[in-house]
Amino acid sequence: MKYLDEYRDGDKVKAQLKALQERLTRPWQVMEVCGGQTHNFLKSGLDGLLPEGITLVHGPGCPVCVTPIELIDKAIALARQPQVIFCSFGDMLRVPGSKEDLLSAKSQGAEVRMVYSPLDALKIAEANPEHKVVFFAIGFETTAPMNAMAALQAKQRGVNNFYLLAANMLVPPAIAAILSARDCQVKGFLAPGHVCTVSGYVEYEEIAKQWWVPIVVTGFEPLDLIQGLYMLITQLETGSWKVENQYRRSATRQGNLAAKALMEQVFSVCDRKWRGLGPIPASGYCLKPEYADLDAEKVFQIEDITAEEPKECIAGLVLQGRKKPTECAAFGKKCTPQHPLGAPMVSSEGACAAYYQYGIKLRTS
Amino acid sequence: MSEGGLQCPLPLRQYPNVLLAHGGGGQLSRDLLHHLFLPQFENPLLAPLHDGAVVEIEGRSLAFSTDSYVVSPLFFPGGDIGRLAVNGTVNDLAMCGAKPLYLSCGFILEEGLKMEDLQRVILSCGEAAKEAEVLLVTGDTKVVEKGKGDSLFLNTSGIGLVERPLLPKMVKPGDAIIVSGTIGDHGIAIMSVREGLEFESEMKSDTASLYPLVAKLLDSCQQLHCLRDPTRGGIASALNEIAGAAGVGMVLEETAIPVRPEVQGACEILGLDPLYVANEGKLVAFVAKEESDKALEALRSHPLGKDAAVIGEVATGQEARSCPTGTVVMHTAVGGERIVEMMSGEQLPRIC
Ligand code: SF4
Repeated sequence: MKYLDEYRDGDKVKAQLKALQERLTRPWQVMEVCGGQTHNFLKSGLDGLLPEGITLVHGPGCPVCVTPIELIDKAIALARQPQVIFCSFGDMLRVPGSKEDLLSAKSQGAEVRMVYSPLDALKIAEANPEHKVVFFAIGFETTAPMNAMAALQAKQRGVNNFYLLAANMLVPPAIAAILSARDCQVKGFLAPGHVCTVSGYVEYEEIAKQWWVPIVVTGFEPLDLIQGLYMLITQLETGSWKVENQYRRSATRQGNLAAKALMEQVFSVCDRKWRGLGPIPASGYCLKPEYADLDAEKVFQIEDITAEEPKECIAGLVLQGRKKPTECAAFGKKCTPQHPLGAPMVSSEGACAAYYQYGIKLRTS
Repeated sequence: MSEGGLQCPLPLRQYPNVLLAHGGGGQLSRDLLHHLFLPQFENPLLAPLHDGAVVEIEGRSLAFSTDSYVVSPLFFPGGDIGRLAVNGTVNDLAMCGAKPLYLSCGFILEEGLKMEDLQRVILSCGEAAKEAEVLLVTGDTKVVEKGKGDSLFLNTSGIGLVERPLLPKMVKPGDAIIVSGTIGDHGIAIMSVREGLEFESEMKSDTASLYPLVAKLLDSCQQLHCLRDPTRGGIASALNEIAGAAGVGMVLEETAIPVRPEVQGACEILGLDPLYVANEGKLVAFVAKEESDKALEALRSHPLGKDAAVIGEVATGQEARSCPTGTVVMHTAVGGERIVEMMSGEQLPRIC
């Protein structure tokens, strides 16, 4: 982990902070798109060190948070079917559906297993031929290649008891949706480095051109974040709107071509409903017709489950950067990580959880 | 115990069934304890909620503690369930400032368990007891039907003679917070086996009897105030518990906390924070500032304590504004500040 330490070096971060301060002549509101970035701003304490003129608003880049509530209800309905072993990333297990979460379903006897990769779920399917194994394929462009790989391998190896509850989302359409709001105050974006490592950033160039907003593809370590901010503010102060790449050690303009080819083989782009943001056209991946026999929604006939978001949770506004978690009346009172009302309080990338876990100002004010 | 009685019925009513996280050592475990167990069991000896109870019998102070072990897999690099069960209770006693003496051991076996595995576990219980210089003086075995238990569960209880009482409420503003070595080793060793993760160097559990370290600390520090072994929930949860019980705030220095690079790396991959990962052979000590060098020296003189470090201090009057009672604040590597919360859900299911 030597190389990571370099990106957490206190002196380098301080020097960059000073440079940022000197660049700044007026206030700017900017958004870090990815929840991992939000968490690291707070976890590293960097949020408290930023110059006053910079307002960070937190974006929709928390895969668990934007997975629509009816999909969680569908997941629970699936997990409760007697023959089903339902596999999911750990984060997803505590996200409340309209009545309960997957962990509660598990405690009542549903067969729910936490896995780290869809390929683990595929292994479980091979080891349990008498069961039907469903993987909750959530996430952005970062998890999509693995999900595609699992689908492909299932076909190749003739595993016919493996299914995907497909819910992959795409980041650029969500950024465009945020920008298209008439009263959008966001003047620039830190784009998610991990996502761009897979997808590249050609699509972001379109957005920058169309909306005249600068975008900086940024990593996740404290030094990455502060460098990304410096590049973004420099663009804003000089009236430029390009896509720049701070995360050169990993992301490229074209992205990972092999991963993209894999995704294209298995998925096609479709409309998706985002929790909190509503439906966004061409913003997700669905399984191609050739893979319909792996599509859990079709195979298990759960397509018509619908659900409503709880009224008091303002996750939608939080995910669009319109409200801070602390502006939610339930924050820290009715809604805590132990008793979350909404997904942003559960996920390790959710803004509400980040504020609750690390936010020092809340305790001292 | 001001929280006695079901004053806040919400946490329990929200969960009609027990969740894994109720045993995770974090906030849900605390809810269960405070709202379900304590109102029924309440008595002054239980009240300090320390690792073990201290009872007086005819003028002698005895430490008494119990713990159950449901770890899966049974065998892992650096140890197994038997070693864990013996060391776990030995350590709980040692954290009360006691010399561990006698242990009981209850086995719950699942029908079909391999005799060879049982033998291995018993053997290592015996070895660990010998190393910790305690006697296993009573025991029990039950067998449950196949499917009613996960191969083998163990319970150990123990008693020890208190040499000097150590309690959370003795912790004082200005105390140095010392950890006896690298954090997160045990949890990551278990995870790496359970999840089939492979790393360049093998991760080993740190399970060990901590009494030798405690004896050295008791010898060299007159103002040793409190000890805790940060098992489930990691040092974050242990520190939060003590901050709450002692009514103090704490300030940690991120760069001072010893973490093995392999453990840090595994945590990055798994999305975990080493502060929350379980330890089985580390202790956290609260010592008056003047004695912190002595304490470090004492710890480092033993192989188990060679990486001991001061990781922070109990907030004093001047800091109290930025570090309110019951909270743990960390000065981060980049010069910022953040809260270190109690673990909220389960980070590692069934880790000890
Ligand atoms: S604090 Fe809770 S209720 Fe409020 S927006 Fe966040 S998740 Fe929703």
